Amino acid sequence: MESKKLSTSPDKVTYEQITESTKFKDLVRKKTKFIVPISAFFLIFYFLLPVLTSYSTILNAPAIGDISWVWVFAFAQFIMTWTLCMLYVRKANQFDGMADEVIEEFKLKERGDRSL
Amino acid sequence: MSAIGLIFFVVIVGLTLVVTYFAAKRTNTASEFYTAGGGLTGWQNGLAIAGDYLSAASFLGIAGAIALFGFDGFFYSLGYLVAYLVVLYLVAEPLRNLGKYTLADMINARFEQKKIRAAAALSTITIVIFYMIAQLVGAGALIQLLLGIDYWIAVLIVGVMMTIYVLFGGMTATSWVQIIKAVLLMIGTVIISVLVLSKFNFNIFYMFSEMKTATPHGESFLNPGLKYTNSLDTISMMIALVLGTAGLPHILMRFFTVKDAKTARSSVVVATWVVGIFYILTIFLGFGAAAFVGSTDIMAANEAGNMAAPLLAQALGGDILMSFVSAVAFATILAVVAGLVLSGASAFAHDIYGQIIKKGKITEREQMLAARYASISVAVFSILLALFAQNMNVAFLVSLAFCVAASANLPVILYTIYWKRFNTTGAVTAIFTGLISALVLVAISPNVFSPEGTAIFVGTPLISLTNPAIISVPLGFFGGYVGTVLSSKADAQKYAEVAVKANTGFKGKL
Repeated sequence: MESKKLSTSPDKVTYEQITESTKFKDLVRKKTKFIVPISAFFLIFYFLLPVLTSYSTILNAPAIGDISWVWVFAFAQFIMTWTLCMLYVRKANQFDGMADEVIEEFKLKERGDRSL
Repeated sequence: MSAIGLIFFVVIVGLTLVVTYFAAKRTNTASEFYTAGGGLTGWQNGLAIAGDYLSAASFLGIAGAIALFGFDGFFYSLGYLVAYLVVLYLVAEPLRNLGKYTLADMINARFEQKKIRAAAALSTITIVIFYMIAQLVGAGALIQLLLGIDYWIAVLIVGVMMTIYVLFGGMTATSWVQIIKAVLLMIGTVIISVLVLSKFNFNIFYMFSEMKTATPHGESFLNPGLKYTNSLDTISMMIALVLGTAGLPHILMRFFTVKDAKTARSSVVVATWVVGIFYILTIFLGFGAAAFVGSTDIMAANEAGNMAAPLLAQALGGDILMSFVSAVAFATILAVVAGLVLSGASAFAHDIYGQIIKKGKITEREQMLAARYASISVAVFSILLALFAQNMNVAFLVSLAFCVAASANLPVILYTIYWKRFNTTGAVTAIFTGLISALVLVAISPNVFSPEGTAIFVGTPLISLTNPAIISVPLGFFGGYVGTVLSSKADAQKYAEVAVKANTGFKGKL
């Protein structure tokens, strides 16, 4: 019981200490490096279709048989969505491990603080 | 209506009532009421998200739009699908890690401010009302057509059913109604699609070749431009669709029904596959209806094309398939409106009553009572609105709901999770700028004013955009930015807490 009260001492782990830690910074940096470019990519790829159909007719040209490029582009959006979906899960599983490490590290530290 | 049709309806109503009966036994606390106790699996929640998302506008509306306008109808499918990448990459996991029952909970995880909670509840309620009127009016008209009963009776039937699910079974019943509906909808859509494909010898290239001559539009049926001729308006609509989903309160609420971010993630994956397959199949529904029903008959049944899918079912599979598809459409509507009632009720009972008026000092029993009273009120209010709005053209309200969600909710969600400098003033200005600009721009748009009297009022619209997202979404982000930088307050400590929790799923207290 006594040791718990001590956790309010200045040594207590704060959220800012966690965000300043190498492991947390590493996690956020890796996440950002993954999420930002891919989000930018899928938004650009997505808006390219209505922009092209609105301001040009190049997608009306036939691609395969009677299927024109606009349909191919539209199908490509489906493929993109599913692919990026699976990619995210694979990446996120790695991030899960890193996140657990961050928490573990500070749980250990806090336990250490409390036992002081 | 035929006897077989009646059987399908009775079976669906009966099945959902049985589900509600069992769900009611497991709905004793506020957490069980709003989030099914957070106990859904990824698969269950994924199907429920799909069931919540694939509204009658998706099923009947897109099939009709493709049948009448070819490729232009397919734009909706693309927007509704790619939206899930925004949900998955940017919103789902942090939201699950920070929130409890509602969107406002998640924003308040960072800012303990009543005005922010009130603003978030207000935008939630606005979206729910728009979406609900569109669904109920559509449902009334549709059931009227399918069953041959009066509009007001149809609205009442749907209204009473949704109230029963939510009132007694809360989120558990609502989720299972959505799961059942998602499965039925997929079965129905796959059956029709296979039948359509068989007519084209299971050859997609042959289908496209045939479609060049199958409609009065000729070759242009397969090219964009039959429906959307205003370039900016098309892009604006696409912005609302892709960014709006991540701000829709009834979809966001679904992420609180699972135990952690990992399950939230897997539910988005399941939902994305189901929704994606469905939207691919809308091509077969639309092409099939155009080829085997024909635009004249589709428009004769309903000018907006909403009867395309049921008519196609009849053309391909006779009365049995038609009855099945009609019953599926009915289940579709029930599942969506039940989710809407629940998210509207959570904004009233949890955010406004529980957290703002009672300041969070509220017993479990009081929370449940408030939740149930709020559900009844939301349901009754929507039914009344739907009865009055019968003759209004409300189809635009669905894309308007997406627009408000994208303009008022998405900026504040993204800023809350990712922007360190963001503060309370910014949160309030983000929500209000997005909400008010979306509403005002729609009020002066061709949806409301038309010189020919085809809209709500006769008059000249002040802007030509039917969907104002291209203006209101940037305004929402801008409003949040300006509010933040003009106010000096910023709480780095609180942001550190939010960043840790959002990124790691850490739940405890330091």
